[in-house]
Amino acid sequence: MKRHDQGTYEYLRHHKKFPHVWCAGCGIGIVMGSLLRSVQQLELAQDDVAVVSGIGCTGRMPAYMDFNTLHTTHGRALAFATGLKLARPEMTVLVIMGDGDALAIGGNHFIHAARRNIGLTAIVVNNSIYGMTGGQTSPTTPLAALTATAPYGHIEPSFPICDLAMAAGASFVARSTVYHAAELDKVIEQAMRNKGFSVVEVVSYCHTTFGRVNNMKSPIQMMRQLKENSITVQAAEKLGDELPEDKIVRGVFRDEEKPEFTELYDQVIEQAHGPLPPRKRTVRRGWF
Amino acid sequence: MTVQLLQGNNACAMGALAVGCRFYAGYPITPSSEIAEFLSRELPKLGGKFIQMEDEIASIAAVIGASVGGLKAMTATSGPGFSLMQENIGYAIVAEIPCVVVNVMRAGPSTGLPTSPSQGDVMQARWGTHGDHPIIALAPASVREAFDLTVAAFNFAEKFRTPVIVLMDEVVGHMREKIVLPELGPTDIVKREMPTVPPEWYEPFGNPVSDVPALAPFGEGYRYHITGLLHDPRGFPTERLDEIQPWIERVFRKIDRHLDEICMWDEDGVEDARVLVVAYGATARSAQQAIRIARARYGRKVGLLRLKTLWPFPEAAVERAAANTQRVIVPEMNLGQIALEVERIVGRGKVIRVGRADGHIVTPDEILDAMRVPLTQPVTVPSRALERYREGAQ
Repeated sequence: MKRHDQGTYEYLRHHKKFPHVWCAGCGIGIVMGSLLRSVQQLELAQDDVAVVSGIGCTGRMPAYMDFNTLHTTHGRALAFATGLKLARPEMTVLVIMGDGDALAIGGNHFIHAARRNIGLTAIVVNNSIYGMTGGQTSPTTPLAALTATAPYGHIEPSFPICDLAMAAGASFVARSTVYHAAELDKVIEQAMRNKGFSVVEVVSYCHTTFGRVNNMKSPIQMMRQLKENSITVQAAEKLGDELPEDKIVRGVFRDEEKPEFTELYDQVIEQAHGPLPPRKRTVRRGWF
Repeated sequence: MTVQLLQGNNACAMGALAVGCRFYAGYPITPSSEIAEFLSRELPKLGGKFIQMEDEIASIAAVIGASVGGLKAMTATSGPGFSLMQENIGYAIVAEIPCVVVNVMRAGPSTGLPTSPSQGDVMQARWGTHGDHPIIALAPASVREAFDLTVAAFNFAEKFRTPVIVLMDEVVGHMREKIVLPELGPTDIVKREMPTVPPEWYEPFGNPVSDVPALAPFGEGYRYHITGLLHDPRGFPTERLDEIQPWIERVFRKIDRHLDEICMWDEDGVEDARVLVVAYGATARSAQQAIRIARARYGRKVGLLRLKTLWPFPEAAVERAAANTQRVIVPEMNLGQIALEVERIVGRGKVIRVGRADGHIVTPDEILDAMRVPLTQPVTVPSRALERYREGAQ
């Protein structure tokens, strides 16, 4: 197949933007491909798509894609996207973050965006390391792994991204890996169809900074690990308690209809044209 | 034209609405919260959007995001929140996104003296975000001016594609005055320039003519890239010297070329003054009173230069006003932040700083005390002179 025949070619910025900054063998390009194919599948107009990112290797992704692209500050992509989505509710707003970006410096924005269920699709590329800065510990670095800032082995437990998103209130939560590209296409597409806040954790790797010091120098080794060490959510359910702890469970964990924030705010705008609600109202506290 | 009794914070919010602000994101902090409360009620009535974010970092981020979406946007905070916003203020400067940040200053550092007045964030407004950058900061001294300067802040932000800081102090923010608000006509409201070229020709970060490129909102057919990395005219990251240098020069030039328009001040009896008071914000009200007393009671030739624009510093105005004076007194609710600028221009020997950072407003008496320092006495070390006259006053 010629380059021009590939459907996603038209979604790339060809002038000045290539070659990209990622190392040969990196998984981020696969995520980008999936994302472009999902946009194509949904037949979205490029003008109606905005891609917002933070800082890090993953943060560089929007520059290569021919949409409305906003490369923001470290950890704040979701907060920028929240403002943009409120200003332009009709736009499809994708937010691309790394694990450090979304869960360390941006952890607060992550849980609050999920709580609001604002109509953003958050894609967290989890390579369990700070790649761009040279391989320091991230909130998803596995226990005992060696990193540039954990030379004696990492002693902190890692954040379960999907559990966190679900507990915080996201209406669509799924996980896949860069090895399972075809599955990833479907998952991202499904996430973008959801009206509210969607989280897709894409398990990737960094052979350059993580693999090098953890005995997996080659991207092929790391890919193989994703293949062999992951299991679908259906298979995991069958295993029940016998599921080994270190398995990567892939699939959609939640997909539900919940009121979306910008739509709720439109109701506020409607209400605001009438009188303010009465002061004495019964408000139920607790979980909803 | 109705007469209203209004608080500075409310007047600021009303100014924002009048000039077309349709987005507010913020986080509660005294003494600025009235702005958020007012806008949470009034913005949706105009079809605008209000959101209370999880912190101040998120607030300024959402404001920039909404501005990229095409709305006039603002946030309001006080010292601690202003500190948190600094990184993204820098982002707005580099990405040239118009927005307004209101800082109702309270005494710091840190949690400080909540919520006693202060003017301690003047230098933070100038240099709070890292790296070399231009900035515009305005300081209202009355409730009416809180309205007017918020309007001006939005107009500068839109015209020059830059964040603008409104440095109110707690006194102005919470003070209530009887005022008449003006009706804004179409010429009083500036909107960002939209591109007129077809999308493939659009350069979101280049304009050889006016230095301020047109800004297309997202979703209108002009697909482009915005980044906090230094970038070329198309918005893509660059490390080429021949692209970085012109960018830096242009971002400074777009402000420097319009100093006459941006720098605003009031003068009172400056022409024949032997002693000049340079003041801003609530302190200027004390200075006004001190001058009234000095003239009426003692027949002294004293003048007041009241700065409305703090950054870029109105150097020409200060230089001209101080030219024929023997003394320049700079009262402020900090230990000499604008005084540093005044000293830079008129020389250290001439300047008496009247500063306090204890959460109290500078009183007219303190300024009168400074006026009593004999003109023949050199003020080589300003702080020592301050102590000397204070001892005398006790």
